[in-house]
Amino acid sequence: MEDRTVSNGRNIFSGILFGFGLAAFVDEAVFHQLLHWHHFYDLSTSEWGLISDGFFHAFSWFATVGGLFLLADLRRRKSMVPIRWWGAVLLGGGFFQLYDGIIQHKLLRIHQIRYGVENLLYYDLVWNGIAIILLAAGIILICRSGRGRHA
Amino acid sequence: MHNDAFFISLAFLAILIYLAAMRSAVKRFKSWPIRRLLLFAGGVATGVQAFAGPIGMHAHHSFVFHMAGHLLLGMLAPLLVILSRPITLLLRALPQKGARSVMRLFRSGYARFLVHPVTAAVLNIGGLWLLYTTPLYHHMHQVSWVSLLVHFHVFAAGYLFTLAMLYTEPVSYRKSHVYRMVVFIFALAGHGILSKYLYANPPSAVGAAEAQSGAMLMYYGGDFVDLMLIILLCWQWYRATAPGRPLSGKEAAE
Repeated sequence: MEDRTVSNGRNIFSGILFGFGLAAFVDEAVFHQLLHWHHFYDLSTSEWGLISDGFFHAFSWFATVGGLFLLADLRRRKSMVPIRWWGAVLLGGGFFQLYDGIIQHKLLRIHQIRYGVENLLYYDLVWNGIAIILLAAGIILICRSGRGRHA
Repeated sequence: MHNDAFFISLAFLAILIYLAAMRSAVKRFKSWPIRRLLLFAGGVATGVQAFAGPIGMHAHHSFVFHMAGHLLLGMLAPLLVILSRPITLLLRALPQKGARSVMRLFRSGYARFLVHPVTAAVLNIGGLWLLYTTPLYHHMHQVSWVSLLVHFHVFAAGYLFTLAMLYTEPVSYRKSHVYRMVVFIFALAGHGILSKYLYANPPSAVGAAEAQSGAMLMYYGGDFVDLMLIILLCWQWYRATAPGRPLSGKEAAE
């Protein structure tokens, strides 16, 4: 009944939203609150950082909840493709990680990954390297799910 | 403002009125779920904390307690009361003629304007910016009628905003789920940005350490209530888009 391309798109949209929200949540919970590597307000001069963070956080709450409700919708329509959905979760998580690592940490300089360490480059490489691995894994899974369907 | 007994009596009176309306509505319409009475009582009990009891008592001199009261009165209490659907109950309890004139009031252009998601969000979040970034916060602790007015606005704006997001009462002019979600993201961002701003820029006559604790409470407490609202809004979308269900405007928003 449901158009296949529509449900394919929805699998990816739902997964990306959830992955995005999940990565943002992990970043806040682990790095801000548990490890205290960086804080929720590091730069009292950057108004842009403050505003972008506010929108970012608001959107990530919605992304987590909305992504899961979209998943529930796919399941009740029996059009969930697990590999595709998980691939999209990795894609969303990787995209967040890269956005955080490049835009927020380096370009806007809202906060750094960790303070008081000499080799910040090492942290940046690991952070963004993980992001690229997540993105690549997501893309591979999504491509494979497409081939699996046609086989 | 030190009159605990007055506010607690007022809270009991509100619950009694709700009970009386329930009795009257059940006589003419189908039954009214008891859980809504519990939600209403919970909402009133939550809201009255801002005026009476330990939180209300310390709110005058402590920003952290003030913020706790604000979260309860402006966010949690409106959500609980909204879920108890007092306006729907009122419409059922009133005689036909009275109900019709109340309905006319809700269909008026003024009511439509107020329940528009953007208006409600501006009144709610804009009011908070006004309160905490101007000398108003200082004034409300000097003059008791200003304090009462601020408290009223905090509750009313919170109520209006929650209603404009969830449409649990007969709202005549309804916006789509996606529209409301987008407005919600802006409102939520506005709340988060204000709380972080207050972390670094305390309101007048508030110390730095106190401002930081209060701002963190505002940030995380606000997140908690907003998360419940987001779940409810998404849940409504999920029910409205069930497969095989016609997507008519009024049903979709129900």
